[in-house]
Amino acid sequence: MAVIITAIMVAGRSGSAFTAEIGVMRTRQEIDALQVMGMEPMQVLVVPRVIALVITLPLLTFFADIMGLIGGAAISQFLLNMSPTQYLTRLPHVVDGSDLFVGLFKAPVFAFFIASIACMHGLQVTGSAESVGRETTRAVVKSIFLVIALDALFSILFEKIGI
Amino acid sequence: MTTRAKAHAEPILSARGIVNRFGKQMVHDHLSLDIMRGEIIGIAGGSGSGKSVLLKTLVGLHQPKAGEVLINGKAVQSIGAGEIASLIGVLFQQGALFSSLSVAQNIMVPMREHTALPAEEQEQIAAMKLALAGLPAETGIKFPSALSGGMVKRAAFARALALDPKILFLDEPTSDLDPIAASGIDALIRQLNDSLGVTVVIVTHDLTTLFTICDRIAVLVDRKITVATAEKLMKSDHPWIHEFFHGPRAEGAMKARKIGHGN
Repeated sequence: MAVIITAIMVAGRSGSAFTAEIGVMRTRQEIDALQVMGMEPMQVLVVPRVIALVITLPLLTFFADIMGLIGGAAISQFLLNMSPTQYLTRLPHVVDGSDLFVGLFKAPVFAFFIASIACMHGLQVTGSAESVGRETTRAVVKSIFLVIALDALFSILFEKIGI
Repeated sequence: MTTRAKAHAEPILSARGIVNRFGKQMVHDHLSLDIMRGEIIGIAGGSGSGKSVLLKTLVGLHQPKAGEVLINGKAVQSIGAGEIASLIGVLFQQGALFSSLSVAQNIMVPMREHTALPAEEQEQIAAMKLALAGLPAETGIKFPSALSGGMVKRAAFARALALDPKILFLDEPTSDLDPIAASGIDALIRQLNDSLGVTVVIVTHDLTTLFTICDRIAVLVDRKITVATAEKLMKSDHPWIHEFFHGPRAEGAMKARKIGHGN
């Protein structure tokens, strides 16, 4: 669960930032400038962002996992009167290592798609400020949808191979 | 131009049969243009006549529907990245400085990408280019957002000159500038052309620029291009060209030309 919430937040937050950044560069002709200086926008703008997100999303997912467990402990304490020690001893019966790894496996895949979609839409911006807004919206909608759809696909896949 | 006769023997850039079409609207219809080594050529034309598209086509940013652009006899699309960067420099209309980098870093971008110069040397060259563009040395550490319009143009100019290009393309170098700054830019273009022999292509509708520094003027009209000296174009009987060169604004610019040439 942590991975999908994190991915959706990152799509809304970093995905939109990527599209807007690259889109504004497009409107200001900075991308044209890169090209006449003999640099590939793909190489200079897209690849580093994709790599960065592929590295950070798993880290954020791990952070979200820990926060989720702490939140669970707090709820147990206040609503169920279950002490944190009890919570921790019961925990391994409910969750096992594979849950963590499934999340950490999905995260880079989601990150790859979020960053690629966001950058592609940024590069598709044409001239106007309105276009920046439109492409940003498209990028966020598309990447959130894709994250949910991919998650469903992963569930089927993991079900089939029995994890 | 008689006063500044140069060796115009061979074209450094030639565009052959360029066709550009957007939807049903034909912008360029089999247009051809030769730009000679060492000249300053102005490209003029009304709004929407396709000046900017032509510039983009010439520098290889836009693939025309038909026709080809040759620089030094080589198709512009086939010239390698490193080579194109040292061959052409482009000053975009709004400068197009990278907003996340300081002015000096902006000027160093092409050097960092295409040369193996050590960092200190790059910084020295950047400082030199800044001075050449008429900016004080302390501008180097500033960010583009902290600069005025005229300074952005000059900084972008410095960046376009970073790798000592053979051809300099300038998109509206004097638009949005006050008359003093505009004259400064004109003088700078002239000086670069005189001292370094850079071929300069200026897209502009600033009549003063066209009359005072351009050797030849290419007028984009009716999807074709007419190239001639200012004097010849003044005698043209094409209605748009006539209007362009004989309006009230043209008269003032013509005076500036006479003063500039001392006759």
